[in-house]
Amino acid sequence: MRKATKLIFEQSVAGRRGYQLPPLDTPTVNVSDHYPADVLRTQPPGLPEVSEIDAIRHFTALSQRNYGVDAGFYPLGSCTMKYNPKINEDVARLCGFTNSHPYQPEELSQGILELLYKLDQMLADVTGMARMSLTPAAGAHGEMAGIMAIKAYHRHNGQQQRTKFIVTDSAHGTNPATAAAAGYETVEVKSNDRGGVDLNELQRLMGPDVAGLMLTNPNTLGLFECDIVKIASIVHGGGGLLYYDGANANAIMGITRPGDMGFDVVHLNLHKSFSTPHGGGGPGAGPIGVKEHLVPFLPRPIVEYDGTKYYFDHDRPLSVGRIKNFYGHFLVLVRAYAYILSMGPEGLRHASETAVLNANYMLHKLKTRFDVPYDRICMHEFVLSGQRQKNQGCSTLDIAKRLLDYGFHPPTVYFPLIVKEAIMVEPVETEPVETLDAFIDAMLRIADEVETDPDLVKHAPYSTVVGRLDEVKAVRQPVLRYKEAPGTDASAAHPTRPTTPSPMAPAGKAII
Amino acid sequence: MNIPTTLRYSKDHEWVRLEGNTAYIGITDYAQNALGDIVFVELPPVGTALHMGGVFGVVESVKAASDLYCPLSGPVIAVNTALMDDPGLLNRDAYANWLIAVDLKDSQELEQLLDAHAYQAILE
Amino acid sequence: MHRYIPNTDTQRQEMLASLGMQHIEELFADIPAQVRLNRPLDVPRSHSELELMTHIKALADKNLGATDYVCFRGAGAYDHYTPSIVNHMLLRQEFFTAYTPYQPEISQGTLQAIFEFQSMVCELTGLDVANASVYDGATALAEAAMMAGNATRRSEVVVSGTVHPEHRAVLETYGRTRDMTVKVVPHKAGCADMEALRLAVTPITAAVILQSPNFFGVVEDLSGAASIAHAAGALLIASVDPLSLGLLKPPGELGVDIAVGDGQPLGVPLSFGGPYVGFMAASQKLLRNLPGRIVGITSDTAGQRAYVLTMQTREQHIRREKATSNICTNNALVALATSIYLTVMGKAGLREVAEQCVSKSCYAYAELLKTGEFEPAFAAPFFREFVVKSKRPVAELNQGLLTHQILGGYDLGQDYPDLQNHWLVAVTEKRTKAEIDHLVRKAVQ
Repeated sequence: MRKATKLIFEQSVAGRRGYQLPPLDTPTVNVSDHYPADVLRTQPPGLPEVSEIDAIRHFTALSQRNYGVDAGFYPLGSCTMKYNPKINEDVARLCGFTNSHPYQPEELSQGILELLYKLDQMLADVTGMARMSLTPAAGAHGEMAGIMAIKAYHRHNGQQQRTKFIVTDSAHGTNPATAAAAGYETVEVKSNDRGGVDLNELQRLMGPDVAGLMLTNPNTLGLFECDIVKIASIVHGGGGLLYYDGANANAIMGITRPGDMGFDVVHLNLHKSFSTPHGGGGPGAGPIGVKEHLVPFLPRPIVEYDGTKYYFDHDRPLSVGRIKNFYGHFLVLVRAYAYILSMGPEGLRHASETAVLNANYMLHKLKTRFDVPYDRICMHEFVLSGQRQKNQGCSTLDIAKRLLDYGFHPPTVYFPLIVKEAIMVEPVETEPVETLDAFIDAMLRIADEVETDPDLVKHAPYSTVVGRLDEVKAVRQPVLRYKEAPGTDASAAHPTRPTTPSPMAPAGKAII
Repeated sequence: MNIPTTLRYSKDHEWVRLEGNTAYIGITDYAQNALGDIVFVELPPVGTALHMGGVFGVVESVKAASDLYCPLSGPVIAVNTALMDDPGLLNRDAYANWLIAVDLKDSQELEQLLDAHAYQAILE
Repeated sequence: MHRYIPNTDTQRQEMLASLGMQHIEELFADIPAQVRLNRPLDVPRSHSELELMTHIKALADKNLGATDYVCFRGAGAYDHYTPSIVNHMLLRQEFFTAYTPYQPEISQGTLQAIFEFQSMVCELTGLDVANASVYDGATALAEAAMMAGNATRRSEVVVSGTVHPEHRAVLETYGRTRDMTVKVVPHKAGCADMEALRLAVTPITAAVILQSPNFFGVVEDLSGAASIAHAAGALLIASVDPLSLGLLKPPGELGVDIAVGDGQPLGVPLSFGGPYVGFMAASQKLLRNLPGRIVGITSDTAGQRAYVLTMQTREQHIRREKATSNICTNNALVALATSIYLTVMGKAGLREVAEQCVSKSCYAYAELLKTGEFEPAFAAPFFREFVVKSKRPVAELNQGLLTHQILGGYDLGQDYPDLQNHWLVAVTEKRTKAEIDHLVRKAVQ
């Protein structure tokens, strides 16, 4: 089923048009009269010239080379690829929302502000926090805002000497990246042999120079930190604060809350537990919630209600400041609001219970053929190790690629870093048991193939539009944009390494 | 695993070759093998003052980036620029392709390095 | 049961039985009793689709966007034309329900679309490399400042007061956290004050930061700023408007090292401020400092051209605390929307939209001045937005206009104490002559 596609630039035909504007009804102003010559373009930008149907065919063809949750199972651990409800798309497209200008008067934005205020309250209840800020644009952005709030809190209390932040050895990369981006030195705490934070290690690391600990619970191994109350007490006892990475919130909605576990700051990924679509890489939203003592430091503005009207409160002298323009990813927040209303309190709890059941069901069946580093009840996701298969000649990467031939998106691979040949599976609650069984079946068959025909697995996938890619070449000879070359002179473009004319360029135009 | 006996080694998988007072430093065959196809090497500018145990650069494969730890102290007097254009040289022959040359300041530091035998031992 | 949760009670029981369990509670044994929530969540009961739509539509209707108002307000969010094909393509599930393209074999659609987006950003900005997007123009600017800090190993940036106030606020927030000093140089007659910038730049300046067209709609002298920055060994960062680049000289040709901006004018609806999309482009030498995802070309085992996320060792999932940025999820779907816009508008369309903005804004400007109730504020040429000084307070003016379903220009006095009664009016290609004439009439009533 291998079929090549052209870049849209390669389909351009000079003079072809895909748009029409109304004729200009005001007097024409010549740009060369309005601007000095040195600010004007001398050459048009190299954008394509195609008709509307060419554009439709092109993007339709691209979509056919893709795979979304609507097509099938997406058991990516840590990503919570649950179903994206279509009614949410409809409500997010209401013109009262899409056509509202961010700087229109607040009196004429009362519906919008009410939605934001109520979402704030609902998320605060789900997390057990006092107040939220809905402005962060993604989980990592929320982490940044949360760590900034912690930093501001410590500075406000004369605790500038707290220059370190503890992250776990199983942490998602954004945790140490955020701490470093916020100016902290990161310190790693080891996991114990049950997959939880090693309390003795934590006690040893906790000190007057530590600002806090970033934790996910359940953690990235899919395991609940049973010692969470003790962990909180160690960190608080040392004067630090506890940050909750909400990536795994899908395991606990309605069952337990980070606020009740002792966390001071949380972020949620609305594009994970709250069903907003991943969009091929965003936009998401990463609202943060804080306990009372951190509320003054929240990014500004926050939504308030004075009993008669809703408004944005910008007057927050201790706020860490603005972290985004306007008010956040509003239309994403609308989808999350709609989701929570669709689910209701029983629905949210049911979702988490089912997510956890689905994961344990799968773990139980897969552990017959795959190594399990931590043999305990898991939460909404679990980690296998492909070490047994590695010893038989096929890596986790090979298994993942072979799964593509069975029609599944592979699970997360090689994360968390503390498990060799890691395979992290998160089935989510929106998957029927038949799908789980089909995936289990595929994994068991692949385990068979590894034993009987490892070469088959090592050269997979066979049924996708492209086979395995040369990722080394992609880095050693980066080609990061299209540029039409005059004739076939490849050196006219922007090589980072000495380039040779590309052997894969279609006739007539070189891609450089 | 290739471990030439004429070189000395650090526990961070670097080798050292001494020519007079100049120490040529590279990564071992074990290191290049563990990294996989090397796609980029980041090295310090000539003149940088390095300290034993400090990070002096990074070597990257597609999926990983490893810090390079300096086994000796001293200023950088030369950098192997051929690696900028062809980082794969390190995969092809880890011992023929040095990364940096350092003017050795404290010969006592050499005693902290491992010989081929001792390095072999830590690989096991 | 719930419509989004397929497994029935019977199926749940069977699954539990396969685990040797009877109650779902047994799966939560690891959670200590003292942290268990012993009440339902305090959220409204489950809504059916019909109830949900009724409820949310009532909220949507309580906003200006639900009415037939005419928009003359810009200030970073513009009422531009969105071709209908954009929304139809975005609703293709293969695009919007897909994940980040970490498994390239089944994500060639997303990857190629991003590659095209990157290419178009490079074409518009005249720079060598672009990333797959960041959250918005404001965070793109902050990331660019951090990039410049890393590349030059310096700890200060000098920014003109003509840059959007919210963008400067975000820059200052990031600066405070990263110990990067932000020096603001006040505007001079609506433009960046070149002399003051020259004096503000020091040997620890990592970058000079301008916006063009600036917050007042004025087109800045970027090459002048480039000379100032480069003479001090600093970089020049420019926040630019992608639509204006259909007409204006690309920043890469003017000495700009990092160009950033927001793609909102490229057919993204006003959306009460988000999601929009930030873009970043830079010269080749800054590639390794560029944050965010980047797609590149390679080939598969059969030699066929293919696309893949590359240069990943800059990113958080590999470099962790040494990453160029902590960014993970970006604004891919909105980037796709802008690519679709640029595809269908194309070389000629982008220029025609920009030219219509010039003609219409010049017409509105002239007509407002003719009334005698407004005076010119700045002499410099503008794009799509201009500032006039109003005889009446702007708040009063705008209040009156709202009664006629017109959202008037932005009140600059809110952000610039020296610009009381200055009105920032945006006129896009969507504004008809009749609407402009109506604005002018009602503005003097």
